Amino acid sequence: MLDYAFLKVIWWALVGVLLIGFAIMDGHDMGVGTLLPFLGKDDTDRRVMINTVAPHWDGNQVWFITAGGAVFAAWPMVYATAFSGMYWALLLVLFALFFRPVGFEYRSKLPHPAWRKGWDWGLFAGSAVPALVFGVAFGNLLQGLPFSLDESLRSSYSGSFWALLNPFALLAGVVSLSLLCMQGASFLAHRTEGELQQRAIRATRAAGVVMLIAFSLAGMWVTRLDGFVLNAIPDVHTTLNPLMKEVSRAPGGWLSNFNNLPFLWIIPLLAYTGAGLALACVGRGYTLAAFVGSSVACAGVILTAGVALFPFVLPSSIQPGASLTLWDACSSQLTLNVMLWVALIFTPIVLAYTGWAYRVMAGKVTRDYIAANDKQLY
Amino acid sequence: MINETVVDLSRLQFAATALYHFLFVPLTLGLSWLLVVMEATYVISGKEIYKDMTRFWGKLYGINFALGVTTGITMEFQFGTNWAYYSHYVGDIFGAPLAIEGLMAFFLESTMVGLFFFGWQRLSRPGHLMVTALMALGTNLSAVLILIANGWMQNPVGSAFNPVTLRMELTDFAALVLNPVAQSKFVHTVSAGYVTGALFVLGISSWYLLRGIHVEFARRSFRVAAAFGLAGIASTLVLGDESGYSVGEAQRSKLAAIEAMWDTEPAPAGFNLIAFPNEAREANDFEIHIPYLLGLIATRSTTEVIPGIKEIRQHNRARIESGIEAVRALEIIRKQPGNAEAQARFKAHEADLGFGLLVKKYVSNLDQVSPEIITQAARDSVPRVAPLFWGFRVMVGAGLLILALMLTAFWHSLRGSFWHKPWLLRWALYSIPLPWIAIEAGWFVAEYGRQPWTVYGVLPTHLSASSLSEASLWGSIAGFVGFYSLLLVAEMYLMFKYARLGPSVLHGKTA
Repeated sequence: MLDYAFLKVIWWALVGVLLIGFAIMDGHDMGVGTLLPFLGKDDTDRRVMINTVAPHWDGNQVWFITAGGAVFAAWPMVYATAFSGMYWALLLVLFALFFRPVGFEYRSKLPHPAWRKGWDWGLFAGSAVPALVFGVAFGNLLQGLPFSLDESLRSSYSGSFWALLNPFALLAGVVSLSLLCMQGASFLAHRTEGELQQRAIRATRAAGVVMLIAFSLAGMWVTRLDGFVLNAIPDVHTTLNPLMKEVSRAPGGWLSNFNNLPFLWIIPLLAYTGAGLALACVGRGYTLAAFVGSSVACAGVILTAGVALFPFVLPSSIQPGASLTLWDACSSQLTLNVMLWVALIFTPIVLAYTGWAYRVMAGKVTRDYIAANDKQLY
Repeated sequence: MINETVVDLSRLQFAATALYHFLFVPLTLGLSWLLVVMEATYVISGKEIYKDMTRFWGKLYGINFALGVTTGITMEFQFGTNWAYYSHYVGDIFGAPLAIEGLMAFFLESTMVGLFFFGWQRLSRPGHLMVTALMALGTNLSAVLILIANGWMQNPVGSAFNPVTLRMELTDFAALVLNPVAQSKFVHTVSAGYVTGALFVLGISSWYLLRGIHVEFARRSFRVAAAFGLAGIASTLVLGDESGYSVGEAQRSKLAAIEAMWDTEPAPAGFNLIAFPNEAREANDFEIHIPYLLGLIATRSTTEVIPGIKEIRQHNRARIESGIEAVRALEIIRKQPGNAEAQARFKAHEADLGFGLLVKKYVSNLDQVSPEIITQAARDSVPRVAPLFWGFRVMVGAGLLILALMLTAFWHSLRGSFWHKPWLLRWALYSIPLPWIAIEAGWFVAEYGRQPWTVYGVLPTHLSASSLSEASLWGSIAGFVGFYSLLLVAEMYLMFKYARLGPSVLHGKTA
């Protein structure tokens, strides 16, 4: 069996990989859904947009489901505390996501304009609401969540849903929403043509600029936030529970990892470089490069937040010592070990057939294609 | 102390969302293999009609699949939102199959379903058939992993309590995967899904035949469905859950409640065909009793004794008393991790730890435990009898009706004369709801029968729920039920509309 501390760090990285995979894959179809009412000027336009992601949205959504499952398996306390604490935020995401499978599948099954328009807004909500809430959630993580643990490790949450919507968290929400819009718009630019493509190019630029501004503002704000500092913890190679450590708070504490290891500044730089690449390429015919750039920006943004928090996963604002870290909120050595092998075997297989599916369905989706396959398409 | 109303509402919400989800899953399980059979026939024979069959039934599959996905997302996250202590306490074990499901099964199914619908022009014939088969495989793998997770709740193997992390942890992954309860549940559940898919196709085809439309299409669909359905129902009944009842204590107390068997009988025990159970008297007010039958079915032996409810409760009483010792010792260990006496006492009573937790429903401080509370906790340890007794009979009754239909349909499809028999066609049409009745009743028996535990003998239900407010739960229940019901209306509308249109929808104009 692999070393426990190593497994703990590896699983932090794997959850990061799943979140990045989610942002890149589900992110682009959520971006398309968010832009649907705004870029699609008529029903055919909107069907073109929907059908760029029609064969893939369901597979992409599994990144979200699997990330949830992986957090459950690798960090049970995080899964339990975050989801029960942010109860209404999570239900809001769930209820919004309900619109997606039915929206995609049912929308074009009936010709009535009201029916189709209704589902278009459903797809918008199903895409924009989760995209926004994920950022809001990260914004709250950086401020700590008001939860406590009793001696039996039962968590209680003393905040409200509305308290999650504070200015810093909403700014983080703007980052995630604009990030996924850029992701969706650059994908559309790659997979459509004509006027719709031009609109997608403009949307990529607008979303990219908003994202860069919001990300920069959030970065400056973080220097003033009270970060969390791990003062003492027993040997991380052993089995720990979250009540065994000492934690304090310090202004700018979230920058300590970057200051201690300056090469980590590459990570936020990645977000800027990726977005810059997307902005530079999208209008010059290099749409695939723009999509790759946008995907790099997704990775850069998520990793920036993750590295700032490291080793914290779920800091507690009211009982800092009960904050959940990757050292003491994780599963047993055996579970992490078994699940690592499962991930090592199946992730490449998943990536292989996902890549194959995109290759099979590659090429522009056109208005003629929609007209010729009226019955078969979404 | 835990708020009882919150626990009850959490259970209600879980039951409602799971039962909704389970309206769609079985049809997906069954139809996916029927699509494989139809498409394989197309690829081998080259007859276009089998392609039309695959595409038309595939359309109905898609309408159903969308709601399966929608209601399925809830299931993945609801353990965290509403069963937080459960998630903490057993996530080390229970989370693993859920994560593996995502990675191994759900990715496969969801990626292939997109190519199934949109890949007809882009893939070769064998290539598309492979996609359909992988989609069906993914669906079924998903069921395997979910039932491994569920099987562990019924019969928790391969795990132990860790006093440092205060939770259950995995000790043997192979035992978790090879849990015999999970295996019998898997066979039973997917077979029931195959029956659902078959009866769906059989019933709708019968409707076309009754009206004399799409006759060639419907005859072929009927034949495929009759054969598939007969195999499915035979497997559901013969290789059913019954074999699992002899394994593990949870299944034994479930069995006793299902059969309203209060007293232990000499082997082989008799079977109550009808009974009116009386909880207060711990006896049946009325029963029709068939000697020997139950013992033979449940244990497949003439000598093995099946314990009755009273004996199980008596046995559990001793385990509760021992478990209280374990809980007390654990409380000391939490404060003084090095206390050797407490550690020795904990080791001695560890196996009964979960039983000790049962009294936490009534007292938070163990010093207040009285003999009456122990008696009450022991009574709780077997679920209420009447709902299980009748739920089980609804399931089996529906299953036997389906068996009769499938035997008849298969016989007449072999003789090749079924389309002249309106009585058979009507019988098939009006039987469409039967699998759903059986399946929902079966889910109820399996999960209600596990009470008062979320994980049998390990974690009581009342400790498992999240610390939420009643208002939050009322709000979310209203949200789920309202939202799901609206979506269900849209689904049923489209399903009826497309079923009525029939295969002409593939070629004609949009209706």
